Amino acid sequence: MSSVDVASRPQRTASLVWRGLTRSPSGFIGACIALAVMAFAFIGPLVIDSTNPSNGDKIWTGPSAEHWLGTNHQGKDTLIKLIMGGAEPLLVGFMAAFIAVGVAAVVGSLAGYLRGPVDTVALQITDIALTVPGIVLMLVITAMYRQISATTVGIIIGLTTWPVLMRSIRAQVMSLREREFIEAAKLQNLGTLRIVFTEILPNMAGYIFINFILAINNAIYALVGMYLLGLLPSTADNWGLMIQESWATSAYKDPDAFLYIFMPLAMIIIFQIGLVTMTRSLEQALNPRLREH
Amino acid sequence: MAIPAQAPPADEVVADPVPPPKRRRSILARIWGVYAIRRIVYALSIVWLVTTGTFFMIRAMPGDPVEVLAGKLSMSGLTMDVARVRAEQALAWDPNANIFVQYFEYMGNLLRGDFGMVIGLHNTSVLDHIMKYLPWTLFSVGLGVVIAILLGMGIGMIMAYYRNGVFDHIMSAVASTLSAVPNYLGAMALILIGSTWLGLFDFWDMRGRISIGVEPGFTAEFIGDALYHAILPLITYAFTITGGWMLVMKASTTEVLGEDYVTVARARGLKGRRIGMSYVGRNSILPLIPQVALAIGTLVGGAVIVEKILFYPGIGELLIGSITTRDYPVIQGVVLILTCAVIFTNLLVDLLNSWIDPRIRKEGTST
Repeated sequence: MSSVDVASRPQRTASLVWRGLTRSPSGFIGACIALAVMAFAFIGPLVIDSTNPSNGDKIWTGPSAEHWLGTNHQGKDTLIKLIMGGAEPLLVGFMAAFIAVGVAAVVGSLAGYLRGPVDTVALQITDIALTVPGIVLMLVITAMYRQISATTVGIIIGLTTWPVLMRSIRAQVMSLREREFIEAAKLQNLGTLRIVFTEILPNMAGYIFINFILAINNAIYALVGMYLLGLLPSTADNWGLMIQESWATSAYKDPDAFLYIFMPLAMIIIFQIGLVTMTRSLEQALNPRLREH
Repeated sequence: MAIPAQAPPADEVVADPVPPPKRRRSILARIWGVYAIRRIVYALSIVWLVTTGTFFMIRAMPGDPVEVLAGKLSMSGLTMDVARVRAEQALAWDPNANIFVQYFEYMGNLLRGDFGMVIGLHNTSVLDHIMKYLPWTLFSVGLGVVIAILLGMGIGMIMAYYRNGVFDHIMSAVASTLSAVPNYLGAMALILIGSTWLGLFDFWDMRGRISIGVEPGFTAEFIGDALYHAILPLITYAFTITGGWMLVMKASTTEVLGEDYVTVARARGLKGRRIGMSYVGRNSILPLIPQVALAIGTLVGGAVIVEKILFYPGIGELLIGSITTRDYPVIQGVVLILTCAVIFTNLLVDLLNSWIDPRIRKEGTST
């Protein structure tokens, strides 16, 4: 009986997620936008020819048949740079979110289920982390170790942002552990880890998924912020760098540079709006109490 | 005022000849029982923890002020060794001393309100230096938050009153879009579209805190000019959090509107205005007070990036600059002040809340 229950639970969440996305028009549009940006950034580089020579005759030209979005200060094609530059910020965002949500889920559920000293220590850590402005901490670390890779920054972002989510997961686990099916699982001697990770956590799959998406947003916010402050090395093509370069060289004053700065900016904003709209609809689908309002 | 009155009732039963041992509490335990004191001690211990953490963290990381300063001095023709010695002498502390000696010296000075001296600037104390930047950040972030909260609450309440109407639907979409846009990217988009493309305002002219030649003082010219230069940061801070406030205020008001006392007030024939202000308004705003602290905490961090983008020299600019030169006293001072801003807003909100809602003061519910 119990095993059937366990097997069907994640599936129920998946179908709720699917319904939340397809039934609400705004959620559907949000998901489509986010997917489109991801396709642009991940599939785009595979399709196009990525050679992008600089051309001294074509500095800051406007859109033309040859260069759809014009060219930049080196005469390179803006569209190619835009297609090539999306993968890194998005991947780092996913990675940071994965770390943050993973740590939050493990620590939060264990603290909420075991209580006692584990809980006390975890709570103290989050209390401190909640009062120290996280971005300041990240900034100091990144600026001190100048020129660390974006991947490392992703790990730092992930490790400094988990406490907020850990709190709410802990609170939910604390209420779930009093339910009958957990009582039943305990009587079957299933073992702590098995109870926590196969009986309790799947109940929160939807909630964790929503927070995963929001964590992606926060991570991209922090990462692009670091790029704009000029704290990260200029490596390959990257949306954050495109914006930072143009800002640092005051290219934003030049109307010809408009598209070169605005497009990466717009891609990030659109991606974030897409994700947030999507999560709002998901929240409504997964949280019955919200549906009434 | 109501907080000290929270004496444990158990001790008033002195007549009992053999009090159960559990009830006998020392004076220390009784002081600890006062919620406000517990909360203040906690806040101070976090401040201490952050200060200590920053102190050791920045010293453990690559680079140090001697190196940076020596590098600068050697540019003027000194050999590296001489430059190093000069640089070490220029510091207000002994960089070769044991790190714990340095730590206790720093903490001792801090307790006396001495944050140390700025490296490289002659005779400038860190506190004076920070005060040249901090008021501008406080002014722009603070005013931005106030505008956002007032605007968000007003619109949110209207949305709740006419929910599922046209206004509600439009504003809901606007609110979720606004709250999704990262503040500094929003600021950049605003500049690109408004200034570069449409030419509605001149961003080049709006950079900085005040225009050249304007004297600080209580003059209309100075205040007007300061506001003019602060418009972009203000819009950035206000607009990006207004959306979130609209949504929480709508949810909170919707909940209150369903309460029995509102129905009763309606049945009593009270005027709509009065119900709106004293019955719905007050009760729906109360649960949102803690979120003000949260909003300020997030903004203070984000301000570092926004100030850089908008060329508004506030505390963020100072922090980045001091990290580049490894100016330890300034880095520590800025981190300490930013953290204190968040910790003490939290403290204030918690105390305010416990005064409003005495249930919070009970022990064991501090989660």
